[in-house]
Amino acid sequence: MSAVLAVLLQLVQFALVLLVAPLVTGLARKARSRLLGRRGPLVVQPYRDLAKLLRKEAVMAENASWLYRIAPYLVFALLWLATALVPTFMTRQPLSPAADLIALVGLLASARFVLALAGMDVGTSFGGLGSSREMMIASLAEPAMLLVIFTMAMFVHTTSIPSIVDFVLGRPVGLRVSFALAVISLTMVGIAETGRIPIDNPATHLELTMVHEAMILEYSGRHLALIEAASMLKLVFYLSLIAVVFAPWGIVRADPDLAGLGIALGAWVAKIIAGTLVLSVFEASIAKMRVFRVAEFLGGAFLLGLLGTIFLYVSQAP
Amino acid sequence: MLYGLDFDITHTLGTSVLLLSFALLYQRRLSGVLEAFALQAILVAAAAAWQAWTQDAPHLYITAGITLGFKAILIPLALGHIVRKLGIHRTIETVLGVNLTLLAGVALVALSILLVFPITFASGNVARENLTLALSVILLGLLMMITRRNAVTQVVGFMSLENGLVLAAVGVKGMPLVVEGSVAFSVLIAFIIFGMFFFRIRERFDTLDLQYLESFRGDRQVDRP
Amino acid sequence: MSDLNAVYLLLAIPLTAAVILVALPWHRASSLLNVAASLATLGVAVSLLRERPAAGSLVFIDDLNITLVVLTSLVGFTTSWFSATYIAHEVEIGRLTRTSLRFYHAMYQFLTFAMILALCANNIGVMWVAIEASTLTTVVMVSIYRTRESIEAAWKYFILGSVGIAMALFGTILIYLAGQSVIGAGTEALAWTELHARAGSFDANILNLAFVFLLVGYGTKVGLAPLHAWLPDAHAEGPTPISAVLSGLLLNVALYAVLRFKMILAGNAGAIAPGPLMLTMGLSSLLLAGVMLYRRRDIKRFFGYSSIEHMGIIAFAFGVGGPLANFAGLLHMALHSLTKSGIFFAVGHIAQVKGTQKIADIGGLTKTHPLLGWGFVLSVAAIAGLPPMGLFLSEFLVVTSAMARQPWLAVPVVVGLLVAFGALALRLQQLAFGEPRGASAPIQASLVPLYLHLVPVLVAGLWLPAPLVAWFRNVASLLGS
Repeated sequence: MSAVLAVLLQLVQFALVLLVAPLVTGLARKARSRLLGRRGPLVVQPYRDLAKLLRKEAVMAENASWLYRIAPYLVFALLWLATALVPTFMTRQPLSPAADLIALVGLLASARFVLALAGMDVGTSFGGLGSSREMMIASLAEPAMLLVIFTMAMFVHTTSIPSIVDFVLGRPVGLRVSFALAVISLTMVGIAETGRIPIDNPATHLELTMVHEAMILEYSGRHLALIEAASMLKLVFYLSLIAVVFAPWGIVRADPDLAGLGIALGAWVAKIIAGTLVLSVFEASIAKMRVFRVAEFLGGAFLLGLLGTIFLYVSQAP
Repeated sequence: MLYGLDFDITHTLGTSVLLLSFALLYQRRLSGVLEAFALQAILVAAAAAWQAWTQDAPHLYITAGITLGFKAILIPLALGHIVRKLGIHRTIETVLGVNLTLLAGVALVALSILLVFPITFASGNVARENLTLALSVILLGLLMMITRRNAVTQVVGFMSLENGLVLAAVGVKGMPLVVEGSVAFSVLIAFIIFGMFFFRIRERFDTLDLQYLESFRGDRQVDRP
Repeated sequence: MSDLNAVYLLLAIPLTAAVILVALPWHRASSLLNVAASLATLGVAVSLLRERPAAGSLVFIDDLNITLVVLTSLVGFTTSWFSATYIAHEVEIGRLTRTSLRFYHAMYQFLTFAMILALCANNIGVMWVAIEASTLTTVVMVSIYRTRESIEAAWKYFILGSVGIAMALFGTILIYLAGQSVIGAGTEALAWTELHARAGSFDANILNLAFVFLLVGYGTKVGLAPLHAWLPDAHAEGPTPISAVLSGLLLNVALYAVLRFKMILAGNAGAIAPGPLMLTMGLSSLLLAGVMLYRRRDIKRFFGYSSIEHMGIIAFAFGVGGPLANFAGLLHMALHSLTKSGIFFAVGHIAQVKGTQKIADIGGLTKTHPLLGWGFVLSVAAIAGLPPMGLFLSEFLVVTSAMARQPWLAVPVVVGLLVAFGALALRLQQLAFGEPRGASAPIQASLVPLYLHLVPVLVAGLWLPAPLVAWFRNVASLLGS
């Protein structure tokens, strides 16, 4: 594989996740609306929203600092990078060595950190409230996420995603409860992190319950567009991560040919669509939790992750 | 690390049973508890049937049948009836919070690993894992009996404990008298259910709550006729 | 199988009697049959002393269990005698209906069957089932009055007993796991004879874990702290003959199971010494019950705690180990059975003549009912361990053997004994002497069983027959350190 082609494919990867992200969000909204008996907006509506916001002027609060100004760019860049690092259609890319579970968690955490700081920067009560809730959820979700990674690390002996893919595709894994528990746990973490129901409702601005929306309430114009795009990317990140780690079938592992790439891309799109639809069904069938129940929800995720590790340990004879 | 399909199925069934023990602790409503218990009984029955197949021990099918018919179907129905009749659908009263109970549960699982792992080197992977999981289920059943103060949940906790015993008994190769044991237990449980139904026992009996045991409530002033 | 006829006969008598008694509608006839069946059981048990059958695959008789079989059938017989007269009065005053009486007698025989099966079984699985059956039977008996208190007591007994039983089963499975790798899969790996013979080559680690579960499990049935809570309630709320059987026999049967497993551990060089565990549980039971005795207001509950105390002493004695302590434990076990069931006979009389179980409402028994009163005084003096009663001798032996082995352990034992003694003396003074209090009705039931039990207890304190000493010594050496 020539270097030019490799770079080209890497760029395709970056462009792909960015382009698909609004579509996934649009699909999720549409599917959920349909399930709830509404017609819902068009699937392409998020593109229009983003375009509209980008055209508008960004209004800043008087006492906003430089942090507030650069936060949207930083958050967007970090999340774009993280999402693009998760292999979608092929595992051997120039940046693949960086595609490590722990590195990805780090990128996400940095983005969250920056955003939470920006939320508190202006000094309005909503921003602070949103930031503190976001950090609470994060502090509960991250241990669970780490345990999932721990399970994978015990199982595969690495946290590098391409190696995990090789392992999963390389030999029959058999029935593994730990694996299933890790999927469930990671899904629960994803739901909490992307602010979906039952943790947070991305479509509401109800002051008592909003988390993510409260934090970015002060943003407008292109800043808001970047943050919105970042959260859309986050959804793709989790869907893509679950797909590549637990169902990597179809992905290209060797030198790519055109047919292989086509199949891989098709498989990825199918997996993402399936994931989005499952998410919509789940969201439509469940009510939002009270904030203090979030601890229980994520406690469950943590427990499942822990049990996954324990079961793996139990079944591994020394 | 991989031992083939035999081990995988045993592993899956065993761990699922333990997972449901945690689900029992996680539940806040009696109906949820009964459903989780029925599911656990089904899985235990499946585990017994699977052991009957792998060990070529047909008598274990009887154990599986008893577990399935009695504990997965009959008992949950009977308990559901009692719950409706006595009007106790309410949220379960817990001694510890749910998260704390779950944490204690994980600690118990760790304990059983520490207890069983060092002593079963010679017994092979299947027996070792089964025994660990079974002991965990037993201890979690005890935990449920202690932390859920309600006659129905105590009984469910006891039966879940007994599920652990079945799991342990079928997992040990060639264990005789398993069927007799499960029959004896079924009689015991039938008595408990009968007693609850007949005497309308609905309030809590803090039988394992030490604080209560040390009080002198037992010496109430009762005059014989 | 022909050589095992006697043991099977021993089991068949109570079982057949139970079946007949369920069908028998006349309560006088059924109490007579109850006594007759118990007497026949006793006869067969004594005959086993002379001619012992060889060990079979299901049942076996050795020095240890024959002692307890004879004791069980003896106390079973005297209790059935007491019960015949006691129950007749209960029916007269309308506390028991005729239907529940039918049930009562059948259950009595079934309980005897279950206990003897548990003692004779040559299979730890069968023994487990028998002990479980005895739990069920006694639960039914405890709840027979159908009062709120009795049902609550039965429920408590039920739940705690079931947990204990479940723990014991897990221990049993572990023992099988240990045995199976040496003896091979199948019923043999559950047989006492095989287990004892080959205990040395078992995996010591599995035995250790198994014993912990067995001790906690069967220990619950023995009434050892911390799982003793069912015992006082069950004693207080059931019919008095059942309290006598519970204290005198059932606790012994459960303790027998623990002792057997202790023997397996003792036969394995690598296993932990089971002594300290039993010793700790025994000592804590003794001290706890001793303190709890002071605050009792119900006379039957009072003596229920006293049973916990004595079970603690016995467990302590076996925990200390060695020929002398084992001897003391065995002697104490036998004498406690006789004395405690005798006390419950007396308490049954007292509750009937006074119409209450409240200690505060009973007084001056020696004045109103001299024969009953003095019998009661004697038996309480015996249970408190006053010389020259037999229990003084056994308690003395327990303390001296503890002295010899671990001197510092003798201190808490003596403290526990003295605390319990204080409580007993205090209550006895109030119950038996002073001005008569409360109602006073003539005695309805027979006093013979009470005095029948008192005589051997008194004699044992003064003179132990040499053959008996030799016998107990032999059994004590079997039990190991």
